[in-house]
Amino acid sequence: MKTRYLLLALVTVLAVVSSGRWLANAVAADTSAQSVSGVVKFEGTAPKPTQINMSTDPNCKSSSPATTEDVVVGANDSLEGVVVYVADGLGDRTFQPPAQPAVLEQKGCQYRPHVVALQANQKLNVVNSDATTHNIHPSPANNRESNTIQPPGVPLELSFAREEIAIPVKCNVHPWMRGYIAVFKHPYFAVTGKDGSFELKDLPPGSYTITAWHGKLGTQSQKVTVSAGQSQKLEFAFK
Amino acid sequence: MRIMAHKMSVTAAFFILFSGLSSYAQESHIGSLTGKAKHGKALYQRYCIFCHGPQGDGNGESAPYLDPKPRDFTKATFKCRSTPSGDLPLDSDLYDTITRGVHASGMPSWRPLLRQERADLVAYIKTFSPRFQEEQPVAPIQIPPEPATSAESVKRGGQLFQSMNCGLCHGKEGRGNGPSAASLTDTRGYPIRPFDLTSGTRLKCGDSEAGIFRDLTTGLDGTPMPSFASALKPDQIWDLVHYIATLRAAAKLADKR
Repeated sequence: MKTRYLLLALVTVLAVVSSGRWLANAVAADTSAQSVSGVVKFEGTAPKPTQINMSTDPNCKSSSPATTEDVVVGANDSLEGVVVYVADGLGDRTFQPPAQPAVLEQKGCQYRPHVVALQANQKLNVVNSDATTHNIHPSPANNRESNTIQPPGVPLELSFAREEIAIPVKCNVHPWMRGYIAVFKHPYFAVTGKDGSFELKDLPPGSYTITAWHGKLGTQSQKVTVSAGQSQKLEFAFK
Repeated sequence: MRIMAHKMSVTAAFFILFSGLSSYAQESHIGSLTGKAKHGKALYQRYCIFCHGPQGDGNGESAPYLDPKPRDFTKATFKCRSTPSGDLPLDSDLYDTITRGVHASGMPSWRPLLRQERADLVAYIKTFSPRFQEEQPVAPIQIPPEPATSAESVKRGGQLFQSMNCGLCHGKEGRGNGPSAASLTDTRGYPIRPFDLTSGTRLKCGDSEAGIFRDLTTGLDGTPMPSFASALKPDQIWDLVHYIATLRAAAKLADKR
């Protein structure tokens, strides 16, 4: 008899959990065009990028000298390669990955972009545009590791099942090649470009924790509340 | 009431299935052998714990003195597998590694243990990572019959050795001294040396030609050695194997002189 009650309790819990999820999805459908946007700045003296010596592989030589991309500061102190994303506030909504793959290109023996962001289970199209062979070696903490050789022009597709911010990726053959793959369980993320700007589009109304992540400079978070039809501006500053 | 009974039976079925799966994860199956984790535990504590540690995380008492470091079983990342890059090894892969030992490391051959004991150890090692319960076992890679080696095959293999950038780590002559060699680390961040392919006939994951084919296809997980499965056709991998065999043969001849 006892086990019967236990089973009954299990069934009830399952039913409640699944109906809660259904409700959350119904709420998520009710969105209008509000966004959170802004810029990420670097305060203080920007570190000088160092030149990379690629002489071990003659096929890596590019027209312009390559420099490290650990901290890339542009005009007006804008900080490039920062991932800005919703860290909290979406509840237990679930999101389907987009059909369009994200792209990570190996060009001039560097990763383009240095930081790529995508959704869990979205395809990552890895492209080798160089005249040399790379190996693509992500070292995740919460996803499957893989390590694949990629000669010029050979296609390669990766995907990651779980959220992880962010997975370091490297090429062991060319040890200066370092990048990051940020994986999210939702579509509310952006990576800053040269102008340091970001925009998180079509957020459902609600209160959120917005986090900015940088591979070398750490993370920062801010709280923001968006109401229907109202967009918010945020600014992050790293030192 | 009838619906409730139905729901209960469905839940019960899940329950049975789940407990069935978890007990399966407490076992290993190698040929006709069935290993049991509860028996493996005592063996582990007697033979393995000093290097691999009580938690199986590779932090045993002897670990600080070892290079390369003992395997961290909690990550379920294994060098010597017959499965694709990133996938779990087969039970027989772990059994073979225990039996053979790992050349150029602190891991000895455990052939002196009974076959049943080695199977029990495999079952226990699998309990350190939840991956063995969460993930479905995958099919091993296929090793097609080896075409006969020839001067042409060796030549093609030599060209692949160059175009695949093997030499940047393993060195132009395969001596493990390529320009990127000093920068290499394993996924735990410890320095790792690319294998000196001229050092003799013994390799980490078995010495046969088919073994080299397998290593090139699967890659050695947790190390910088990648998988060539998507980049090369089986015939090309055999060419590469034939070329690597000449590096080993050259070393053998040198040893005899």
